[in-house]
Amino acid sequence: MARPPHTRTRTRALARARTRTRARGAAALASACALVAVTGCGAADMTKQASPYANAQGAKSVTLAVQSWVGAQANVAVVKYLLEHELGYHVDTVQIDEVPAWDALSQGRVDAILEDWGHPEQEKRYVDDKKTIASGGGLGVTGHIGWFVPTYFAKQHPDVTDWRNLNKYADRFRTPESGGKGQLLDGSPSYVTNDKALVSNLNLDYQVVFAGSEAAQITQIEQFAKEKKPFLTYWYKPQWLFEKVPMTEVRLPPYKEGCDADARKVACAYPHTPLEKFLNADFARQGGAAAALMKNFRWTTEEQNEVALMIAERKMSPDDAAAAWAKENRPVWQKWLPKRK
Amino acid sequence: MAHAPTSTPTSTPPPTSTPTASTAATPAATGAGPAPRGRLASALRAHALTRLLPFAVFAAVLVPPALTLWPGTAWPDALTVDLSGPLGGASDWIIDNRDSHPLFLYFFGHISNAVVLCVRAVYLVLLGAGWAGVTAAAGLIAWRVAGVRLALTAVASIAVCGLLGMWVPTMQTLALMVVAVVVSVVLGALLGLAAGLSDRLYRALRPVLDTMQVLPAFAYLLPVVLIFGIGVPAAVLATVVYAAPPMARLTALGLREADRGVMEAVTSLGTTARQRLLSARLPLARTQLLLGLNQTIMMALSMAVIASVIGAGGLGDRVYQALASVDVGAALAAGLPIVLLAVVLDRVTAAAGSGSGPAASGTSPSGTSPSGTGGDAGGRLRGAWVGPGRTGWVLVAVAAVAVALAGRLAGRLNWPGSWTVAIAEPVNGAVDWMTAHLYSGVPVVGGTADWAGRFTTWVLDPLRGGLQGLPWWALLLVVAALALAIGTWRTALTAVLALALTGVLGVWNPSLDTLSQVLAAVVVTLVIGFATGVAAARSRRVEALLRPVLDVFQTLPQFVYLIPVVALFGVGRAPAVAAAVVYALPAVVRITTQGLREVDASALESARSLGATGGQQLRQVQLPLAGPALRLAVNQGVVLVLAVVIIGGLVGGGALGYSVVFGLAQGDLATGLVAGAAIVCLGLLLDRVSQPTERAGADRKGA
Repeated sequence: MARPPHTRTRTRALARARTRTRARGAAALASACALVAVTGCGAADMTKQASPYANAQGAKSVTLAVQSWVGAQANVAVVKYLLEHELGYHVDTVQIDEVPAWDALSQGRVDAILEDWGHPEQEKRYVDDKKTIASGGGLGVTGHIGWFVPTYFAKQHPDVTDWRNLNKYADRFRTPESGGKGQLLDGSPSYVTNDKALVSNLNLDYQVVFAGSEAAQITQIEQFAKEKKPFLTYWYKPQWLFEKVPMTEVRLPPYKEGCDADARKVACAYPHTPLEKFLNADFARQGGAAAALMKNFRWTTEEQNEVALMIAERKMSPDDAAAAWAKENRPVWQKWLPKRK
Repeated sequence: MAHAPTSTPTSTPPPTSTPTASTAATPAATGAGPAPRGRLASALRAHALTRLLPFAVFAAVLVPPALTLWPGTAWPDALTVDLSGPLGGASDWIIDNRDSHPLFLYFFGHISNAVVLCVRAVYLVLLGAGWAGVTAAAGLIAWRVAGVRLALTAVASIAVCGLLGMWVPTMQTLALMVVAVVVSVVLGALLGLAAGLSDRLYRALRPVLDTMQVLPAFAYLLPVVLIFGIGVPAAVLATVVYAAPPMARLTALGLREADRGVMEAVTSLGTTARQRLLSARLPLARTQLLLGLNQTIMMALSMAVIASVIGAGGLGDRVYQALASVDVGAALAAGLPIVLLAVVLDRVTAAAGSGSGPAASGTSPSGTSPSGTGGDAGGRLRGAWVGPGRTGWVLVAVAAVAVALAGRLAGRLNWPGSWTVAIAEPVNGAVDWMTAHLYSGVPVVGGTADWAGRFTTWVLDPLRGGLQGLPWWALLLVVAALALAIGTWRTALTAVLALALTGVLGVWNPSLDTLSQVLAAVVVTLVIGFATGVAAARSRRVEALLRPVLDVFQTLPQFVYLIPVVALFGVGRAPAVAAAVVYALPAVVRITTQGLREVDASALESARSLGATGGQQLRQVQLPLAGPALRLAVNQGVVLVLAVVIIGGLVGGGALGYSVVFGLAQGDLATGLVAGAAIVCLGLLLDRVSQPTERAGADRKGA
């Protein structure tokens, strides 16, 4: 654009405009300064990154990570119910995948993960090296990953539960998506899986089809079950879906300590993992009653399933399910509450 | 994702590329005009021939050496670059240094804190105002801007958010949106201002902005997450990156299109550059600026759910959590407030753009089309902003504060828990019924699962096989020829380089897999979309019936219908394609209907007087004349389909979408970023190949 013609006839209006802009500039500068003053002129603390929704209206608040599976929702719902109704906290929940949740935990964006399926790499980085995350003890539930076929199919063909016979049934498990091979249905990309390596190392005539999310996988399994069709799927225990679609595990070559060390050479089953809780290190120290409750929180697979089933099967909201469970099981959760001084 | 929500449910300009939209809406302006069809076609053919001939020679020289150097059909390994090492290293470095490195402590950390502070401030204000205050403020603002009818709509919509039991999440999303939109608008306006005043900057920014418009949001979530971590700051920034480009683009466009006569007059008054900018250029560009605001808001809202994947919280997170337990009803309950917010914000800003005060509320806000700036602009250089409105705004503010205080005194800040309606159960019942009865075994036509199976076997598999079986150089040549035939050397070069880059990045086969899904979905979308569009253009009743459906589907977060789609079509590529079709259809139907409707009435009249039947009119007059609009529909369809096919990674679509999801879920930068880059390449490629002469036309106009 052309330069303005040089002019001496500066009108009063222009002068007024100038003052106005100057005033506006000053206002902007002032607000910028205020912002800097509030955020602190020095270094920002990247390990204290709370959620903007936390502590609204003066409530004591806790942020919990919920993973996408329903068992984790059950943990969080019950803890949330107790925090809100017994200890007077406000609880925010955020759905995060497993690995990013570790990240968020170390930065203080969430205060706790209540169900972790074993992430040795992250555990070493954050718990041992950086000390930004502290262990919260065991959850009391043992997790197990495996390959499953529906029980109605396993009853008709008992030998399918041995991996050596899987190739025999490959054509029964075929779908349009798996091409000419049998389909091994895998779930969310966030889950621990060696299935691709397993299929190739055990020379199975199968194609791993990733459902992409647990929701999609469950929906597909339910559709198969409705039609009593055979299917082979990656799945895990404890999981409420077993109550609705009974499934039988396929025996893979037994798990031995360290046999899954090299991800490409894995040729053995998945281990049984005691599930654990992890807390943000600062929260673990200063979290008061909330942190104490979460450290004490420990229940059984059946108890977790009971709540999970209410959420997923009876379509109750997690909060309602937790309330219903808590009403029936007072003695169970009474001992989790921190002792009043 | 995607751009559909950007097109406003009511206002007419089609999504995203508004400059192209404006030229498409007024074909005469581009000079394409109602030329006789035969001449146009032959001109096109000649044009294509002159370009393709040198190209053929070029290809004949290049292919044989390429063949001898790298035989085989797949992309040669020698030409790929493995980035997993450096990317993994970068990811580790960031995680290890995030708490201590000055770059984070003094730069990113402050950005992150400022965002948190702002969102928190807005959130507290909203909560402090209580539901009565917020509802009253929304109603009063809508009334001032757009009249009584919209005010009622706004109040009803906000009340529904409360009724669905979504009050707090709605406020969280609103707080995040306010901050993201303000930042986007400021950033976009500054960029647009610079580009509007400087030709060089404009030329530099244009390709960048064009590219941003075609990027699926999923592609760049990962880098943002890595730097800022999961949470609100990352969500706000991703939203800003997504929502700022339309504002920048439209600001630049508005400034550059300022009426020359007015500018001349203002200059002759001896004004300085700043005066000219403030008193003439900006007011003249008002329509474009408000349209930019409108688009920015819609794009930001469409990110609300996608951003929940990286911890945005609010409504999006409710949708995401509901889907984890396969609860479509609950997802819908959280999705509806997003739709309602989108509809209200869209109509209010569209009404502001068309300058209709309370008096003119009844008219449709189609005046947002950028062509209305010219004549009356001088008259409302300043008047629209001040005038009698100021006292009105003061009254509005006073009334809103009064209601908020009343609500506070009554102790009713949160939405009363008893005033909620549970829609989840009936919706789930309906979905269950649908999937139980349609999935398979329907007599004669077969169930949806059978269709999906056949579609996968007979359409998707051959298409993917064909693309992956084609030698890589042949595919590059095909793309080049296609882009050349309808574009310029430059678009062809971009398209070819984009495709080649997917090979270089080592994701040739997954990219082609995604491409095959996109192509299949585009074909289905266009067939259904054009048919529906023609029907709607021919009958007002059909259009009136379709409108609310299109509105809802265009703003409904895609995540909501991912699960019903799986229930109907099973896991795999077929549901991904189905979701993409559902998402892209509204835009295609709309643009088609509008294009057919806007065909010169006199041309139709003369055809009718010559005794042409309805079919003849359609085939020989309407369709040829609506050509630009139809091509725009194709382009939009392609861009929207790509966005959802990527999300299809969540329902078994595999390929690039799965890699991005995997990268996000595992924090695996190498996989996620490479897939993201490949998606960007595919977006560029598809846009360039489907973007016909409009862009060139817009260039000629200097737009």
